[in-house]
Amino acid sequence: MSDITNQSLSEIIDNVKTKKISSLDLTKAYIKNIENAKKLNAFVTTTFDLALDKAKQFDKKPTFNKLLPGIPLAVKDLFCTENTKTTAGSNILNNFIPSYESTVTKNLWTNGSFLLGKLNCDEFAMGSSNETSHFGNVINPVGDQLVPGGSSGGSSSALAADLTPATIGTDTGGSIRQPASFTGTVGLKPTYGLCSRWGIVAFASSLDQAGPMTKTIKDCAIMLEAISGFDKKDSTSINKDKEQYSKNLKDNIKGLKIGIPKEYRVDSMPKEIDELWEKGKKILKDLGAQLIDISLPHTKYALPTYYIVAPAEASSNLARYDGVRYGYRSEKGKDLIEMYEKTRSEGFGDEVKRRILIGTYVLSSGYYDAYYLKAQKVRQLIKKDFDDAFKKVDSILTPSTPSSAFKIGEKTNDPVSMYLNDIFTVPVNLAGLPALSLPAGVDKQGYPLGLQLIGKALDEQKILNIGYAFEKNCGFKNEIKKWWS
Amino acid sequence: MSKEKFDYFIKGEKDKYEVVIGLEVHAQVLSKSKLFSGSSTKFGADPNNQVSFIDSAFPGMLPVINEECVKQAVRTGLGLNAKINNYSVFDRKNYFYADLPQGYQISQYKNPIVGEGKVLLDMPYGSKEIGIERLHLEQDAGKSIHDMDPSNTYVDLNRSGIALMEIVSKPDLRSPDEVNAYIKKLRSIMRYLGTCDGNMQEGSLRADVNVSVRKEGDKKFGTRCEIKNVNSIKFMQMAIEYEAARQVELIENGKKIDQETRLFDTKKNETRSMRSKEDAHDYRYFPDPDLLPLKLEQKLIDDLKKSLPELPDKKKERFIKEYGLNVYEANVLVSEKEISNYYEEVAKLSDKKLAATWMMGDLFAMLNDKGLDISRSPISAKHFAELVQSIKSGEISGRIAKEVFEIMVETGDNPKKIIESKGMKQQSDPKELEKIINEIISRNKDKVDQYKAGKEKLFGFFVGQVMKLSGGKANPQLTNEILKKLLKG
Repeated sequence: MSDITNQSLSEIIDNVKTKKISSLDLTKAYIKNIENAKKLNAFVTTTFDLALDKAKQFDKKPTFNKLLPGIPLAVKDLFCTENTKTTAGSNILNNFIPSYESTVTKNLWTNGSFLLGKLNCDEFAMGSSNETSHFGNVINPVGDQLVPGGSSGGSSSALAADLTPATIGTDTGGSIRQPASFTGTVGLKPTYGLCSRWGIVAFASSLDQAGPMTKTIKDCAIMLEAISGFDKKDSTSINKDKEQYSKNLKDNIKGLKIGIPKEYRVDSMPKEIDELWEKGKKILKDLGAQLIDISLPHTKYALPTYYIVAPAEASSNLARYDGVRYGYRSEKGKDLIEMYEKTRSEGFGDEVKRRILIGTYVLSSGYYDAYYLKAQKVRQLIKKDFDDAFKKVDSILTPSTPSSAFKIGEKTNDPVSMYLNDIFTVPVNLAGLPALSLPAGVDKQGYPLGLQLIGKALDEQKILNIGYAFEKNCGFKNEIKKWWS
Repeated sequence: MSKEKFDYFIKGEKDKYEVVIGLEVHAQVLSKSKLFSGSSTKFGADPNNQVSFIDSAFPGMLPVINEECVKQAVRTGLGLNAKINNYSVFDRKNYFYADLPQGYQISQYKNPIVGEGKVLLDMPYGSKEIGIERLHLEQDAGKSIHDMDPSNTYVDLNRSGIALMEIVSKPDLRSPDEVNAYIKKLRSIMRYLGTCDGNMQEGSLRADVNVSVRKEGDKKFGTRCEIKNVNSIKFMQMAIEYEAARQVELIENGKKIDQETRLFDTKKNETRSMRSKEDAHDYRYFPDPDLLPLKLEQKLIDDLKKSLPELPDKKKERFIKEYGLNVYEANVLVSEKEISNYYEEVAKLSDKKLAATWMMGDLFAMLNDKGLDISRSPISAKHFAELVQSIKSGEISGRIAKEVFEIMVETGDNPKKIIESKGMKQQSDPKELEKIINEIISRNKDKVDQYKAGKEKLFGFFVGQVMKLSGGKANPQLTNEILKKLLKG
């Protein structure tokens, strides 16, 4: 087999099942790719020995009936992995080795796959370019000066560069969809509560959700099927039957109503994003879907709302990193307070500190009502906008991001312009809905662009189906030259 | 019982001051596992042996509410005649401390599980109602140990995450005695309910005490100080007395009272400033996004209500009606569930009133002496009832009964056996008694004559002689009757 790592996950699964390739050879192929791609800085930790062991075990006693038979997978370094260092991209966890496995990764392993390594990400998933990681920025395989998006930038980069056949990320405000869009790959943020948050290093608990990042829609359905499911260890997990997303994938979308929200046409949006959106509408219309103009009137408040709610929760979630029980501890402090101050000053990066400060501020007495409480009220209005819209439509089509991948360093000194990257993705997190970013075209520089399909709560199957039909008719092909190896 | 008048005021140089007290009681929920994790809550384990990844706040760990703790809070709320809220919310109370692993305590702030209720106190000056403001569930913190090492502090997280009920009273208490009665009543109710063991030595029950003073007759409350974490009733009373006197002195010297948090130093018997209002923590409460709001079905509340045991107030009424006890006796006998159970067992088998008298007298004195709870009494309720019955039937006299009682304590034998084997049975056979009395009359002719001549005081002498000759076993009543008859003759 020439280069199996070029293939999609579902093709690779077929090849493993039909014994065209062994799990060991597959694993070795990825290890070779990873070793040749150090320049991308996509990995924080590799677990090659473990992967080779597991691959051999699989080949000895193959379980072909599993969803991910003998498939090596790298995952974002935000998922706690038993006996494998889990850093969340932060200095404060640079020595942290969990003795437990996150539910989502455990689900991957019980479905037949095993760990290839841990992927770089923005520190505590706070960032849109993977430049806030303690372990350095990640490079987008699309171009050596480009960011891979964030916070799941290691994941998008590794996937696009064939360093893992599929992966999972987490999405708090767009951290799966934006990097997917920047790398010409598929990314799904599931309904809040569909995938367990247990064992995932928390950023903003009411928004965090794990989801698949893949090359194709079918791969995405397979991965979602593997990781989703009720978990009694997560009180916000939804108790429902498991679905067979890949088996139920259909490309007939005739008669489906697709909403086009006028508020997503922002003034500063580049022309090519608008053109991409038009292209997407046309494809869906040609497939028999009906386009309906809708309004989501509170959209413009989503970003400020998000940048109150998310930092508020983060400021509290990150209080546990105090140097007392695990992780980094500064030895310079003379007493408890100084130990805290030094540990957290040295352990956290600037963006994390910025958000802790914002979050602490908006929760402070005297400011709580004006910021946090108001943001919660607006959040309800944003949710209601979607509820109203979904009375009329099956899905909503928007651009994923307001631009293609930008240059490394371009926005690092301008946090607000960095935050604006999430403008189309954060409303979905605030409303707890599922949304899919799918590659739809390229800009004039040839950089990939994505479109976003938003669904009703728990309507993952429907947006996957629309994406499936779209993918077949879009003609997008990710042309990545392996310039790094 | 004559009713006394309430009289607890602090007398300053110029004025008389009333003390206003409100309590925030922290009661450890009786449950096998912690509020949000499966770790054991057993007291006395080796440090850090009952700690899960949740209790120690490892990355990615999530709290899951323990249903039993919720039920215990509802039961307690019902026992306090309080409103149970069908909707309540868990909030995060954020602050940094080494024994607070999450960097926040999960508590309930704006929407507690239990709302307003009330507790009735029986004071010497009558019955008094104390309002309950609220009851909410929260996690306990761990314990910092400062004296194990000269330069390091150690942290024990066994307690971290254990469920507490914070029961907040209205500022309705007016004296250390009322605080004593209030804590005991709360403890009694919770023990009846089985929701808190009330063990203050083990820290299952502790309180923050809010104290202010105002001139007698004033309507407006004074500025209050909060005395943190006092863990015995005696210390609470001492702290209140000290604090009230301190505040009165400040006022009388024209000084202002600062609203602040204070600590009670049990060695020096004084309260000390811990932090002022300006230094007060900003806890930045907000709803915990890891937990959904707690919604209770009315049916669950109704079912719990139906399954509640009889509580002290109800039981007291019943004891008065059913057993003919007075208010004082009933109060004492219902104060603890085990005492009331013991009494009822005894009362069923013997004279109800006499049983109460003997329990509150000799039995309690003995238990108190030995420092025993009634549940560990060396005398079983059944044996005690037999003893009471022997007194009632005239089989033994009260005096002999005390001897039998002593032997019962020592041997644990049943009283019948003791009475028989030691021949302590009362002499109640009139013929036998007549024999003894005739003997005494014939031995003391002179005294009989004096008696007959009007020196009636001598009757006591004859009784004494009868008792002496009978070895104390003569039935006193019968002795009196026969003696009177024969002396006349």
